[in-house]
Amino acid sequence: MEVAPGVHSVASMTALELARWQFGITTLYHFIFVPLTIGLALSVAIFQTKWHRTGEEHWLRATRFWGKLMLISFALGVATGLVQEFQFGMNWSNYSRFVGDIFGAPLAMEGLAAFFVESTFLGLWIFGWGRLSKKVHLACAWAVAGSTALSAYFILAANSWMQHPVGYRMADGKAELTNIASVLFNNTALYAFAHTMLAAVLTAGMVLIAVSAWNVRQGRETAVFGGTMRIAVPMVTLAAVATIVVGHFDGILMTEQQPMKMAAADAVFNTEKGAGLSLFATGDFKSNPEGLNRNVQIPNLLSWITTGYPQGEIRGINDINREYQRKFGPGNYTPIVAVAYWSWRGMLGCAFAMLGFAAWGWWLLRKGTLRDSKWFLRLAVPFAALPFLASSCGWIFTEMGRQPWVVFGLLKTDVANSPTVGAAEVWITLLGFTLLYGVLAAIAARVFLKAVKKGPVEAGKAEDPGQELALAY
Amino acid sequence: MPDYTTLQVVWFVLISILWLGYFVLEGFDFGVGMLIRAVGRDDAEKRAVLHTIGPVWDGNEVWLIVAGGATFAAFPQWYATLFSGFYLALFLILVGLIVRNVSFEFWGKGESARWRRGWEWAMILGSALPALLWGVGWANIVHGVPIDARMEYTGTLFDLLHPYALLGGVATLLMFLTHGAVFLSLRTEGDLGERAKAIAGRVAAPAAAVGIVFLLWTVLSHRGGIDVASAIVAALSAACLLAAAALARRSAGRAFLATALAIVTFFVALFVDLFPHTMVSSTSGAFDMTLNASSSSSYTLTVMTVVAALLVPVVLVYQAWTYWVFRQRVSAEDFGAVRNPLDLLAARHEDEGEDDELEPAGSRS
Repeated sequence: MEVAPGVHSVASMTALELARWQFGITTLYHFIFVPLTIGLALSVAIFQTKWHRTGEEHWLRATRFWGKLMLISFALGVATGLVQEFQFGMNWSNYSRFVGDIFGAPLAMEGLAAFFVESTFLGLWIFGWGRLSKKVHLACAWAVAGSTALSAYFILAANSWMQHPVGYRMADGKAELTNIASVLFNNTALYAFAHTMLAAVLTAGMVLIAVSAWNVRQGRETAVFGGTMRIAVPMVTLAAVATIVVGHFDGILMTEQQPMKMAAADAVFNTEKGAGLSLFATGDFKSNPEGLNRNVQIPNLLSWITTGYPQGEIRGINDINREYQRKFGPGNYTPIVAVAYWSWRGMLGCAFAMLGFAAWGWWLLRKGTLRDSKWFLRLAVPFAALPFLASSCGWIFTEMGRQPWVVFGLLKTDVANSPTVGAAEVWITLLGFTLLYGVLAAIAARVFLKAVKKGPVEAGKAEDPGQELALAY
Repeated sequence: MPDYTTLQVVWFVLISILWLGYFVLEGFDFGVGMLIRAVGRDDAEKRAVLHTIGPVWDGNEVWLIVAGGATFAAFPQWYATLFSGFYLALFLILVGLIVRNVSFEFWGKGESARWRRGWEWAMILGSALPALLWGVGWANIVHGVPIDARMEYTGTLFDLLHPYALLGGVATLLMFLTHGAVFLSLRTEGDLGERAKAIAGRVAAPAAAVGIVFLLWTVLSHRGGIDVASAIVAALSAACLLAAAALARRSAGRAFLATALAIVTFFVALFVDLFPHTMVSSTSGAFDMTLNASSSSSYTLTVMTVVAALLVPVVLVYQAWTYWVFRQRVSAEDFGAVRNPLDLLAARHEDEGEDDELEPAGSRS
């Protein structure tokens, strides 16, 4: 059997390839819980504030119920987050040596400024019911929500430096920090932060809608879930619009900073004016197939959304590749076009589907017929998978679209891994983490669904001893 | 602004402090995790045991995350060599910590005896494995491991498992176990407190014995003769370990102070022994990694110093406040029934006679 170049059997995968798979698997898994936790922490803080302001009991029950789900997500996010920090050094020691002077700073700041606040005030929030005054307790909820956002900021600033290095100089073959403000206020980071935070709101919103819809359909707890729905549906609609708009401007910035990534996303091979937006295309599955076999497109749309003019010029993969060969030396500077192309479409497809769904929900809400709309309530549950698919696609696009670079223009991925860690060792950790994560996903899903089915506990009643506890253990 | 060498020393000290904070704080929750079945006999008791560390263990673990992040930022070469070199050992630590973290969260989320037993064992093993391996790891860092001229670790996992390092692992395991038992005897009442005290009394002496042998070995095996400063701190640690063994059955408060100080001085002795290196090479003294060779640029260290100076005091204040909020001893009677937040608020209302602040704003009218 003939195998395409670069593709070979699983057993002969190199330590580098395995380390890349490990980074991909652990990061995407971690990022299931990150946006959900950020969004739910914010939602819970809002519900608790509502309770504080109105004194209506159903807001307290909503706070407790959603808080329980937030904590399940939190636990998994914190546990898998440890691996994220450790694996830079474990699998990517050359990368760590090269970028440590710059990349370590936002990581350390994330710990000092965000993780300490997050963990401490989360503990106070969970166990502080009845021990802290209501105002202080509410402030704890907001401290948790705020610190999750702050941590996202620092880690995105670190990632953005890999996309668009700024505030550095090269010294002894390593990148050296010259301006911390440039790194922290990198325009790439500002866009990425806005985009990610809005996506987090969108993610939590879709989960709020799904769980509420499931309960409303069964006629359970309509006060609690009707209240949630009235907040979540407009929240998702607005967040979807804003995520798409910010994403659009992020795309324009990316065209400037990483033109190859955007060219690959649109599968534009040769520079053209008045380029069409491709809806469906096929090509050879390799990094630079040099052309497409089939392409269905809307004329001029790509040029128009990217440059603002229907006849605007879009630079193609082949031209950019030639330019990089002149600049960086011989080699192939294209990512796997099919991955960039489809991950970008997956992200956008999910985003527009969510927007349409939430807008429909808002319209039903305004008409006052949402709780009778069988189809909306039924579709809400499977639609909760969309935000997770969208953010996975988004990260696959961002990270794989940057290849062959790990730090754009400065360091290539194939020299960034740990030289002393062999394939056998990476196999052990790759299989170990994947198995462990798989088991945890199954258990977490079970616990999550059980909490959902149990529903909010009535505030006037004590929870049964021996039964699942409310928030504390 | 202080000069480059001073900054490097400052960051070595600061990273040492982060590790000390981690071991003193997470040390007792490792111990509590290991003792969940030994101290807690029924579900109410186990719940009470979990509540002693529930509000704080996550914050304690952040000390590790920050120690790792600070090492990456201030000494990237140290971070890269250590993390890629101790690859499988760190993998095992991570697995232990992950399993332990979720066990706290999931234990109460199921009712069956099998579910709870499973998570209790996850908690025990997930606490014991890192407690053991941190000692093995630090013993190796101080003792020296095969490192070549390019700062790369050239050994395997099994090169880390020699008698000295294993003794270090047993020492930290027993110290954390004692620390946790003493913590439980300090934080619980009734049968729980008595049981924890009895366990503390039994494990404190072996912990002291192993710890002292390990410290003695460390002091005597220091390359190029005894390091006097390290030896003095090691002697202090030995004294604290003995004091803990003597006090464990008598005064929980003083015994806790002794175990905490023992852990601090134990690791200070190791850090002083290591200074001014970040990694010691057993291949050749010429390949030892110095602070200077491991460090970030002067600019990065300056930036990080400012950030740390601004944030660390604040962190200490609110973490201390958490311990103050949850200072009350817990007993199994408190956890027979789980109360809802309105009951808790009402109870607080009665206890402290606080007025309108507790009432929702809207219910006044």
